[in-house]
Amino acid sequence: MSSGDLEPLWLTLRLAGVTTPLLLAVGTPLAWWLSRTASRLRSPIEAMVALPLVLPPTVLGFYLLLLLGPHGSVGAAWRALGLDPPVFSFSGLVIGSVLYSLPFVVQPLQGAFESVGRLPLEVAATLRAGPLDRFATVAVPLARRGFLSAATIGFAHTLGEFGVVLMIGGNIPGRTRVVSIAIYDHVERLEYAQAHRLSLGMLLFSFAALWAVYALNRRDALQARPPWQAGPPRRPASGGGAREP
Amino acid sequence: MRGRFHLARGGGFALDVDFTAPATGLTGVFGPSGSGKTTLLRCVAGLERAPGGLLEVGGEVWQDEARGRFLPAHRRRVGYVFQEAGLFAHLSVRRNLEYGWRRTAAAERRVRFDEAVDWLGLGALLPRGPAALSGGERQRVAVARALLASPRLLLMDEPLAALDAAAREEILPYLERLHASLSIPVLYVSHAAAELLRLADHLLLLSAGRLRAAGSVAEVSTRLDLLPWAPEAELGVVVEARVAGHDDGFDLTYLDFAGGRLSLPRHAAAPGSRQRVRVLARDVSLALERPERTSVLNVFPARITEIGEIGDGSGTGGAAAGAGGGRQPLVKLDAGGATLLAQITRKSLVTLELRPGQPVYAVVKGVALLL
Repeated sequence: MSSGDLEPLWLTLRLAGVTTPLLLAVGTPLAWWLSRTASRLRSPIEAMVALPLVLPPTVLGFYLLLLLGPHGSVGAAWRALGLDPPVFSFSGLVIGSVLYSLPFVVQPLQGAFESVGRLPLEVAATLRAGPLDRFATVAVPLARRGFLSAATIGFAHTLGEFGVVLMIGGNIPGRTRVVSIAIYDHVERLEYAQAHRLSLGMLLFSFAALWAVYALNRRDALQARPPWQAGPPRRPASGGGAREP
Repeated sequence: MRGRFHLARGGGFALDVDFTAPATGLTGVFGPSGSGKTTLLRCVAGLERAPGGLLEVGGEVWQDEARGRFLPAHRRRVGYVFQEAGLFAHLSVRRNLEYGWRRTAAAERRVRFDEAVDWLGLGALLPRGPAALSGGERQRVAVARALLASPRLLLMDEPLAALDAAAREEILPYLERLHASLSIPVLYVSHAAAELLRLADHLLLLSAGRLRAAGSVAEVSTRLDLLPWAPEAELGVVVEARVAGHDDGFDLTYLDFAGGRLSLPRHAAAPGSRQRVRVLARDVSLALERPERTSVLNVFPARITEIGEIGDGSGTGGAAAGAGGGRQPLVKLDAGGATLLAQITRKSLVTLELRPGQPVYAVVKGVALLL
């Protein structure tokens, strides 16, 4: 693999490595709130979080470009702090990636928190655990599968991002040129062998990551089952144990 | 303990209860499903916030909305045993037990870890995970876990309802022993009258979100205007008694209660121990003179305090079902301070000219120990 391809690879891993913890930091409180609230704001916020699932990435990228650019409100605030506006830079990629991958982190977390249910948290409250304590010692460990899925899918999804990155990052070698863009460049220049190497690498990595998530989820689900369902049915009459082959 | 909660809910349900409960002993909260028992318990625990609510436990004000005071659940020092045990699936039994214990300051701990483990027979279960426990075992862990947080008040919300009959029988003796050794008050929600007759000292009767009656078990369960207080409860009374001794020659056990000495087929209960005895109304008949030369051993002088009727009018089955459809007189008796109920025919009522205040003899044909 040429050194020209190592650079985007390294940049992509760095981007996903920075984005994933940020995604969890933003997504966890958001998912927790969504899983517990009875507020009327819940649905509109759920819809906003889910937007990247349906929007063309270029739309999201376009508005981010306007917002974060030197004339956008965020970009201007950035400038007022004496910083360069985050467009066409690594920080711009991170911001774009966090927004773009947010539903892939919030949705599994929200589902996991919802399946924890009210009971264990109420039990913890009557055992003198305050709100943060119950969150950290009951909700998070019981939702660990959700965290695992969220982190893996968030990471893998960031690796594969193209449109948003291209819109707000451009294609600056060493700064914003990530693997997906490098693949596009190779294809444009008819360098199919290089394009293959990067593409196959992405394909295999993404498949392995998803496989791992599904396998771990499955194992966990089996373990969480009552013993009379996991093994051969001990009490066939009690219902739920015996299944037709 | 004193509380007042008004809480309107969707679907037309409203809890509107103003109650007091004694500072010791087990107070049963009884009512049909949907009567607000669980909501009341959740209000007491602080899991539900009733606007305008008031709650005082052992001289401590936990909630007084008029003064802007509301302690959240984790600062109330309640133990709560839910219908589903609610064990933390990611922690072993030991870590489950330690959860509240670790969060209780050492100076506030009133229960030793080993003590709670012993009381509920959990020694062998400590290293296991909750998924490897039976329903009854889980509920025992939940009870011990609640006690280890050294609560000032123990709340139990139908802790046996999710168990099958065998598991229920397995756990009841533990609860009875706890009841005898605990010094804190217990609020125990149930819709099973038999359970409460066995465990409770006091009763709060709820229906449709309102308090219908409150008082000692003997008092509430024999109030003629409330009968049948539980559709499935057989009509009768529970009498507190003390085992006086055993008679080896006749295979009998003697128990003393306020009205005299009861004789029962021999039972293993230890002499001196306190027992609850169930006397059904249909097993009590009345005589104007002390019956001589009778096979019945249990005959007690008593006085009629009230005469009521029980019948099929309400159509709730249970007590009325045995009456064969018609209305039957029910006579309430005072035997040396203990209340007995006697179910007789209207013909006997008329021919014996029974009326309140009259001295009679209660002839008790059947007695059952509740243990």
